Amino acid sequence: MPARASSIHGIEMDLVLEALARRHGYDFRHYARASLKRRMTGLAQKLGCAHIAELVPRVLHDDALLPEILAGLSVPVTEMFRDPPVFKAIRDTLLPMLATHPRINIWQAGCATGEEVYSLAILLKEADLLHKTQIYATDINDIALAKAEDGIFPAKAIEKYSDNYLKAGGQGALASYFSMGYGFAKIDAAIKEHISFAHHNLVADGVFCEVGLVVCRNVLIYFDRVLQDRVLGLFSDSLSRGGFLCLGTKENVTFSAAAPLFAAVDPALRLYKKRG
Amino acid sequence: MSALSPHLPSGHSPIAAVGIGCSAGGLDALRHILPGLPAGLPVPVVVVAHMGPSPDNPVLEAIGRHSGLPVVEAKERGKAVAGFVHVCPPDYHLLVEADHGFALSVDPKVNNSRPSIDVFLCAAAESWGSGLLAVLLTGASGDGAAGMAAVKAAGGLCIVQDPAGAHAPTMPRSAIDAGGADWVAPLDEIAGLIVSLCPPPRLEATS
Repeated sequence: MPARASSIHGIEMDLVLEALARRHGYDFRHYARASLKRRMTGLAQKLGCAHIAELVPRVLHDDALLPEILAGLSVPVTEMFRDPPVFKAIRDTLLPMLATHPRINIWQAGCATGEEVYSLAILLKEADLLHKTQIYATDINDIALAKAEDGIFPAKAIEKYSDNYLKAGGQGALASYFSMGYGFAKIDAAIKEHISFAHHNLVADGVFCEVGLVVCRNVLIYFDRVLQDRVLGLFSDSLSRGGFLCLGTKENVTFSAAAPLFAAVDPALRLYKKRG
Repeated sequence: MSALSPHLPSGHSPIAAVGIGCSAGGLDALRHILPGLPAGLPVPVVVVAHMGPSPDNPVLEAIGRHSGLPVVEAKERGKAVAGFVHVCPPDYHLLVEADHGFALSVDPKVNNSRPSIDVFLCAAAESWGSGLLAVLLTGASGDGAAGMAAVKAAGGLCIVQDPAGAHAPTMPRSAIDAGGADWVAPLDEIAGLIVSLCPPPRLEATS
């Protein structure tokens, strides 16, 4: 158990987290507190609560509100090809190695609204590997998952992401993977059909697939060390021999109890390989 | 300079950390201030500067050579260390946990900014309470005003750069208007003010 905070806010947060865990089985108690507090405060305001503790009866008695609460507490935003050098390294280094396998399985953990998983699928398409690839994209947030599965983004966002795409070694035009209309861009079905979206909770759920690559970027930063260790262990268990792990550029396995499970492929870009 | 003298108010808890926020023109301002902070400063300094996404850390590179204190990037779960300047990485919010360890987030922009000075100062105020000395410098947005108010509400102390001499006056002006300034000081006086408010430098590090 993380140390209990004695400030009023701390007590209120503990009560809400306890209610969520015991009533619904969603345990946020090992999420990093500072940003969780920000998000919980924002959620309380959005739901018209004067105090965080007023979320407790809503959590206990209003089941229909649960998706909105989970959405409010989980990591909401991604973008396409964020950190272009990482996607360039996946394209140039990892994909040629994965290409030698007859089938490629990839797990993106914490896919939020799907921008990154579509970025990955586009890389695979351009490497002519998508046809033999299955990507599992999972998140705890069903509202975000539904958006991800829709694959519809503001057209303006695609313009903004184009620069990232080109820096990541993009070989065509990002817009060519979308059909445009009414200010929106919808991802092509040919890209989407290789992705399965599913609810998965990194805190509580176990291994559900064996994959050659796990992509989980900017999710571990929201977890405390205990939960980080658990999740890195889960990734190791889900990877086949010599499988790859890609973390966010400010995340690190070095100081984790799980560090011996992974060897660095490109330490600056946080690309690792399962040992053994 | 406002009415308060350049000394810790009597009975105030000692300063345990210095948090600095800046935006447009901020790198020049930091190059002015950091050389004035002596080696062995017994508290950590944390810098949050607005900047666009970048694979490197432009702030780290810009101010590293101008500081008497070692300058490092704030690391996820790394502790704020006395005598070091910790710089926020680009395109992440920087927060501070109860144990004074850093946390990063990619939550949506606040005040059109990631990193946001408000996000940092609110978390830092919660972590260090009355031990936080917050410094808000030049900038063209309203970011930082709510953060400075949070620092004051937690009992911390606030220095705001005098908007009259600032490269961009909006940010310091917003903080002053929101009541978030214990001292309003011209750029040249800020380093001296920080030093006089902090505990004296550790001798072993200065010799």
